[in-house]
Amino acid sequence: MTTTIESPERIEPEEPGGPDAHGPGGHGPDGPGHDAEHAPHHGPTGILNWLTSTDHKVIGKSYMITSLVLFFISGAMALVMRSQLADPTSSLVNFQTYNELFTMHGSLMLYLFAGPFAFGGLANYIVPLQVGAPDMAFPRLNALSYWLYLGGSSVMTLSFLVAGGAASFGWVAYAPLSNSINSPGAGTDMWLMSLGLTGFSAIFTGVNLVATIFYLRAPGLTMFRVPIFSWNMLVTGILILIAFPVLFGAVVMLFCDRHFGTHIFSVQGGGVPVLWQHLFWFFGHPEVYILALPYFGMVTDIFPVFSRKPLFGYRGMVFATLSIAALSTGVWAHHMFTTGVVLLPFFSLLSYLIAVPTGIKFFNWIGTMWGGQLSFQTPMLFSIGFLFAFLMGGVTGVLLASPPVDFMTHDTYFVVAHFHQVLIGTTVFAGFAGFYFWYPKMFGRMLSERLGKLHFWLLFIGFWVTFMPQYLVGLKGMPRRIADYLPTNGWTGLNQISTVGAFIIGFSFLFFLANLVQAWRKPVPAGDNPWDGGALEWFTSSPPPHHNFTHLPPIRSERPTWDYNHPEHRKVEHGDGPTTPDEEKETVGVPS
Amino acid sequence: MNAFTNGSPTALPARDQPVADLPGGDRGPGRRRGWKRAAVGLAVAAPLILGGCNFYPSYGASKGATTQGQDTFKLYSGMMTTGIIVGGFVGILILFTIVRYRRRSDAMPRQFHESVPIEILYTGIPIVIVAILFVFTVITENKVDATVPVNATVTATGVPVQHVKVTAFQWGWRFDYPDHNVSVSGEVTNGPGGHGPQMVLPVGETVQITLVSNDVIHGFYVRDFNFSRYALPGVVNFFDLDIVRAGTYDGQCTQICGLYHSEMLFSVRAVSPSQYQTWLAGEVASGHTLQRQPLPATSTPPPYDRVTPSNALAAPSTKKGSL
Repeated sequence: MTTTIESPERIEPEEPGGPDAHGPGGHGPDGPGHDAEHAPHHGPTGILNWLTSTDHKVIGKSYMITSLVLFFISGAMALVMRSQLADPTSSLVNFQTYNELFTMHGSLMLYLFAGPFAFGGLANYIVPLQVGAPDMAFPRLNALSYWLYLGGSSVMTLSFLVAGGAASFGWVAYAPLSNSINSPGAGTDMWLMSLGLTGFSAIFTGVNLVATIFYLRAPGLTMFRVPIFSWNMLVTGILILIAFPVLFGAVVMLFCDRHFGTHIFSVQGGGVPVLWQHLFWFFGHPEVYILALPYFGMVTDIFPVFSRKPLFGYRGMVFATLSIAALSTGVWAHHMFTTGVVLLPFFSLLSYLIAVPTGIKFFNWIGTMWGGQLSFQTPMLFSIGFLFAFLMGGVTGVLLASPPVDFMTHDTYFVVAHFHQVLIGTTVFAGFAGFYFWYPKMFGRMLSERLGKLHFWLLFIGFWVTFMPQYLVGLKGMPRRIADYLPTNGWTGLNQISTVGAFIIGFSFLFFLANLVQAWRKPVPAGDNPWDGGALEWFTSSPPPHHNFTHLPPIRSERPTWDYNHPEHRKVEHGDGPTTPDEEKETVGVPS
Repeated sequence: MNAFTNGSPTALPARDQPVADLPGGDRGPGRRRGWKRAAVGLAVAAPLILGGCNFYPSYGASKGATTQGQDTFKLYSGMMTTGIIVGGFVGILILFTIVRYRRRSDAMPRQFHESVPIEILYTGIPIVIVAILFVFTVITENKVDATVPVNATVTATGVPVQHVKVTAFQWGWRFDYPDHNVSVSGEVTNGPGGHGPQMVLPVGETVQITLVSNDVIHGFYVRDFNFSRYALPGVVNFFDLDIVRAGTYDGQCTQICGLYHSEMLFSVRAVSPSQYQTWLAGEVASGHTLQRQPLPATSTPPPYDRVTPSNALAAPSTKKGSL
């Protein structure tokens, strides 16, 4: 089926495909020939190309590289914190440094890695390809997004260097701890500035994603044929537009409190400190799904490919994503159960209800694999790792939706373990599944399966060793964000196990880096469609030419490339009976 | 021929296999009946485990030294059992699927999707499960959150009520006993055994805690009470503790509150009512009275009252704008 082209220029990232880019058989009978029309991209090369590019593929890669660098910086901070906690009375870092470390660890991971890696990086690269578009809807706005993001990231990371150090009040910055009396340093202002810059970067990307998916779809690609990853990015884009302006408003208010003498969040002037929490979490809970939905989308695209089957419940997935997004705007106060000033049953009920569409997703992923022919390449392994990690984080999340259980575990390591399992399950397991999955498309080279599997298994083991003890130590009463504890607390052993696990996780990423180096030094050409994927991105060359497509296959289902490559297996039956006529209309009749 | 030249022996499957005789395809209906049976069994089991069973495994948690903490513990334990059953079912289903349907040939699997009965089932059953959990949550929540009226001296059943005002500040705690003119306070790790200031409370009486903060947000948390509550500037929070077991319980601030957050410890010593009275008298004799313990100096004005439904009748608030 897929044919590997050995010519060296096929693996140069910026080089458009030559006339022979699609070898015979690559796209079936009429594959070659159309490529001759493609004109190479004229413009600056090298560093200037990178600085001035509005190509979504260049911007997407820049986003990915930047966010991965921040991921590693932030991960290193976690290892310092875990080392500190391995000994109850450790003085590896002092209290101030520790407070800065957990604040920046959370801020970098959540604001600067998890979101931008997905919606700025992978989505930027993949969504235009999946919808058959030449670029994002607003390419220059897209470039602005990246440069705002790079600026904001630099401001936050460099805040370690200013007098008074970086922000040290946790990534949630609760007023009044974050006001000018309790956090007078410039680090706090840089933190706020960074949120402003990266917040606008996210908003612009959200606009771009929504516009691209609504308006730039290829002919025949109806909304119910858009791959689930792009569907989820559409919903993520909408959630960004709902949530980030609220965060920006709150940031401006806090800045005014700090510098212009307003008293929005201070009791002294008649303000209300808890208002910050409402505004922050009105952003913060949709943000959780802004972080999760893209990653759900990645694994939803990966399972069918490695099961050699269509997605089990396409429409069920879309409606589950939409209901998660809708519910996510009404659950923010479950972060505030212990304030004593929120309506508990309402927020509890809505939080419980999110378990239902999440469960639908789980059964859809299982249903997709059911009856398939599963092969366990690295992207599939990471996706299955995601299933287990997210299952554990999701089950403990249901517990936390109950206010009384939240009273007993709030702000303890139980919650720390819960959200790390959810977030690592999504952003790391699913995120790297997506990275391994689409890397051949982005760079035209394969990553090593051997190193990829080593990365997976070490990460998977380290993940459980790190976070399962944290549930227990949380139940034993260990609060989060503490730099030391008493030897008599009985928390030492569990913390030490957790620290060992954290270093296993850190170690696993050496294999990831080694994999990148090996792919760079000894390229293995990938071909257009190494995994036998079904969506449109697998129809074009790897890497795609400057405007992505020289021609498109007929689009009659959510997997046009599959229909093209497997004309005899286009027909999809209903799981519970014979094919309906409507179904026939949808999937049969591709002209060739 | 293909991309898996990088050390993986997996070959890309041929695409020309007939579809008819494939594993998975003709097995669908039978398996699905098994699914249904397991799922129905689960739905029946969950409420039984939550409601009818007297056995509550601890799952690492404290069983609770207060009646409120015990109620919370039972809810936690029941939910944990449900979670293990549901999560275990899904986890085993995933494991079974990946083992059963691992690629064993290059044959093309049956191309199928969607099944309305199954989709209704896996939407409906979770709704039932969370609805049941929600009912138990609300029942427990109403018990845990119930308070006696402010200024009450005995409960409706005649149990004496003790009032303690807890003030959190950077970085320590102050415990005022307004009815007994006693005040105890301490900062960071001083106090008995380096565990911060100690609050002494009677077993078998109702203790109403009035929780306020003097500066930033703090978290009042005692592990064995299975309870925490924010001390919010500008808000007065009330909650009741009915301690059932004597002992010393560690407490700690759980909400990041600045530099010494890690060491903002306290402890609670629960003693019999007669020992409690003896302790109060001793404190008065030692001069630990409200007059001798001014609040640490900050510019925060006294917090205004917050009215909760349970104490609204007893103390109508005149302050507008409270949350």
